[in-house]
Amino acid sequence: MSEVSLEQESVTSIDFIRVKKKQRILNFIKGIMFLMPSILLFSVFLFYPMIRTIYLSFFLTDNGGVPTVFVGFDNFSSIFASPIFQKSIVSTFLFVLYTVPGAIIISLFLAVIANEKLKGIGIYRTIFSSTMGISVAAASVFWMFLFHPTMGWLNQLIGTIGLEPIGWLTDPNWALFSVSLSTIWMNIGFTFLILLGGLQSIDSYLYESADIDGAGYFYKLRRITLPMLSPTLFFVITVTFINAFQTFGQVDMLTRGGPQNETNLIVYSIYQEAFMNYQFGTASAQAIILFLIILVLTFIQFKLGERKVHYQ
Amino acid sequence: MRLSLSKKIIFYILLTISAVLIFAPAIIAFLMSFMSSQDILTGKIIPTSLTLDNYIQVFDRSPLLHYLINSFIVSFLIMFGQLILASLAAYAFVFLNFKGRDALFFVFIATMMVPFEASIIPNFQTIRDLGWIDSYQGLSIPFFAMAFGTFLLRQNFKQIPKELKEASEIAGIGDLKFYFTVVLPVAKTSLITLGVYGFLSAWNMYLWPLLATTNDEVRTVQIGLRQLQTQEQLNEWGIIMAGAIIVVLPTLVLLFLGQKKLQQGLAEGALK
Amino acid sequence: MKQVELINLSKSYEKQTEVLNEINLSIDEGEFFVLVGPSGSGKSTLLRMIAGLEDITSGVLKINEKVVNHLPPKDRDLSMVFQNYALYPHLSVEQNILFGLHAKKVAKKEQQKRLHETADMMGLGSLLKRKPKQLSGGQRQRVALARSVVSECPLCLMDEPLSNLDAKLRAHMRMEIRRLQKRLGLTMVYVTHDQVEAMTMGDRIMVLNEGKIQQVGDPITLYNEPANLFVASFIGSPKMNMGQAKIEDHHLVIENELKIPLDLTELLKITKNKGLTVGMRAEHIFRGEAEETTHLLEVVNVEQLGNETLLTFEIGKELWTAKWLGQWQVSVGNKVPVNISMKNMSFFDSETGELIKAASTPTNQEVVAI
Repeated sequence: MSEVSLEQESVTSIDFIRVKKKQRILNFIKGIMFLMPSILLFSVFLFYPMIRTIYLSFFLTDNGGVPTVFVGFDNFSSIFASPIFQKSIVSTFLFVLYTVPGAIIISLFLAVIANEKLKGIGIYRTIFSSTMGISVAAASVFWMFLFHPTMGWLNQLIGTIGLEPIGWLTDPNWALFSVSLSTIWMNIGFTFLILLGGLQSIDSYLYESADIDGAGYFYKLRRITLPMLSPTLFFVITVTFINAFQTFGQVDMLTRGGPQNETNLIVYSIYQEAFMNYQFGTASAQAIILFLIILVLTFIQFKLGERKVHYQ
Repeated sequence: MRLSLSKKIIFYILLTISAVLIFAPAIIAFLMSFMSSQDILTGKIIPTSLTLDNYIQVFDRSPLLHYLINSFIVSFLIMFGQLILASLAAYAFVFLNFKGRDALFFVFIATMMVPFEASIIPNFQTIRDLGWIDSYQGLSIPFFAMAFGTFLLRQNFKQIPKELKEASEIAGIGDLKFYFTVVLPVAKTSLITLGVYGFLSAWNMYLWPLLATTNDEVRTVQIGLRQLQTQEQLNEWGIIMAGAIIVVLPTLVLLFLGQKKLQQGLAEGALK
Repeated sequence: MKQVELINLSKSYEKQTEVLNEINLSIDEGEFFVLVGPSGSGKSTLLRMIAGLEDITSGVLKINEKVVNHLPPKDRDLSMVFQNYALYPHLSVEQNILFGLHAKKVAKKEQQKRLHETADMMGLGSLLKRKPKQLSGGQRQRVALARSVVSECPLCLMDEPLSNLDAKLRAHMRMEIRRLQKRLGLTMVYVTHDQVEAMTMGDRIMVLNEGKIQQVGDPITLYNEPANLFVASFIGSPKMNMGQAKIEDHHLVIENELKIPLDLTELLKITKNKGLTVGMRAEHIFRGEAEETTHLLEVVNVEQLGNETLLTFEIGKELWTAKWLGQWQVSVGNKVPVNISMKNMSFFDSETGELIKAASTPTNQEVVAI
């Protein structure tokens, strides 16, 4: 009698394991079903192209981009030997150096003054964030006029204080600066919006207790606002960095990489190499360089970002 | 924190000067779009007369309306595609428990490290080989999957008490039903935020539409503006500006309406 | 009939930390069964295992005599009320109540019938169109209850459903839930950390600590005959007075301070002398009337509750509390006469914590009233 019941017990316990396994498989299938569309598209338009780019960077290709001759690292050595690509790298880093601090400092200033509780502050906030809604193409058109050698407002302004007109987009000494200037303007909206959000999430108790202690405005700014804002600031800096490396539209609209390749930023260089010169191999090698730069930047963000989160 | 009057005045002065400087390029363009070419050529700052000519001309001389429609179609496709895919993926990461979930999440994180610009060459070839050049699907589908959107929604879904899911499990409500009838309605605001963001970025896209369109058929308005600028050059600034103003109008309106939500939403998705 | 049966049920995470250890238990049909224990005792985990929201590591769980270890929650024919009520914020009260019935494919007409019956019973009739946000805590609680009631499941699980309510409302809802359960003949498994809730609501109570059953029994048994020191100190308010004791010169000496003459009839049952802990309920430290006074103790704290007075004394390192009915004008520092006798004491083994002997006479309370 007792033996029989014992057997039954063991039979049911085996059953559980099988049922559980089945459920686990079903759960897995269900999870994958929900993720499938994303995984599929990521595979086709992100992972495959990434691998394909690496592959192409080792080949010479025909005009359609079909790999023909395996050349190993020749594409890499040739782009690094090419003065145009060298110039492009230098320009890109200079461009980053101009635009990132420029956009961050201006946006931070705007966010700080727009964080005061004043009447009508909403209008100012809207204006400051407005450039986020202006496309690269439209913004480039706006700035193209401002940069216009004769009619442009910038030269007219300079003229009124008695200076010589500047060839903003045509003078090799000025072109990169001009493109940077317009880029800073385009970026302000987004960075301002994020920084303002960061400022608003700082607990007002901190300021109140500082007020009780009689702290001055700049003391509070230095001791409370900036440290508390540091995670947001850090995020914004990395995003702007990455965006700067990916700049394309304004170069295409304003200068087409010229004059004398002064504004031939890396993405524009890839674009030209691939879709104008049909050198898909070397273009891919350049894309790999871009990928590595972004990879390092994102990696730094994740590593440092993790540490920064604690403060929140 | 009460501000003294003098401090208030200082802030208003700073704010106003900044606002004028920031808004100047757009305002100038806006004014120019109503100015005659006579005024523009003579470098007038205040127009002598206002005219709608430029707007009439821009629609007349270029298929701007057609571009606008294309842009709307592509932007809406991208927006809905992103919302559907991101919300499905976020649902799996928050409410489903299965083996390999964390590994897949890591894969999603990894996608953020691959810039689209670095993979345009094979993507262009893929679209070309699929015969999707000059098609809406070629312009939109590559952007449906979106790690940032998935994170933003995952963050938001996590705030839904897990007891809601458990109560549904006990009542026998399946995942698909729970997703549609509970999660999506409860997370409505963040879906709107993501939608606005997706629409804005899709509308403003430049490099991909430039590559993936060869004629006016599905060309978007940004590339249309590029065409306009290269064709008209020199003297027709009023017309170009009118085109640019039309291009930015939808996104500016959307931004003004959704600014607050966007600001909170983006900060949330970015920082948590 | 046994509605729920747990046989050697265990739960551990990653085969390391044991959350629940070999739980054996059966809950009868129509019973109000309370799982009580401090936080981290595993009581919620146990409830969630019954519900099917947590995996069972080992052991067998039967509901209605059927093994259900492998069944998903929906196939276990039970309802559950959560601590935070788990109301769908975007749905009205009516939609919330009916939400689960759609999934169960209950006919529209039947749904409406059940809805109105339940809403009337719970006093929700006028609130059906509101959203959860527009309801008070007590009303939300009722909606959660109603959702559980309409499902007409014979087994209802509740996970600390009253802990988000204020004290007054909680007392009221205790009664309402209890009445509802009796009226509908539900089998209830109710988790709480509040021993008052456990005592006032449960037909039977299980005390759980660190994943192990401490004692299962009806409230009075738990109070009068706590199986071990944990139950003794967990059940009852104020807490049972405790002290280390030994036998010296025909006296029981508590905390090296309080000497009580040995009562031989009581002594017979205490076989052990070393490592003895005594426990005494506050209401068993009587006021010493004339010749009944056994000790004079200095009062270190007085709490006036209106209908009764709590006096605290220092016994060695321990603080002992006496509960006297009525209002007594005593000040801190006064010495008051008390009657402490062995027959009202419970004895525990200090090492194992097990009960050796319970207090002999649950004394009639009226005696104290003067």
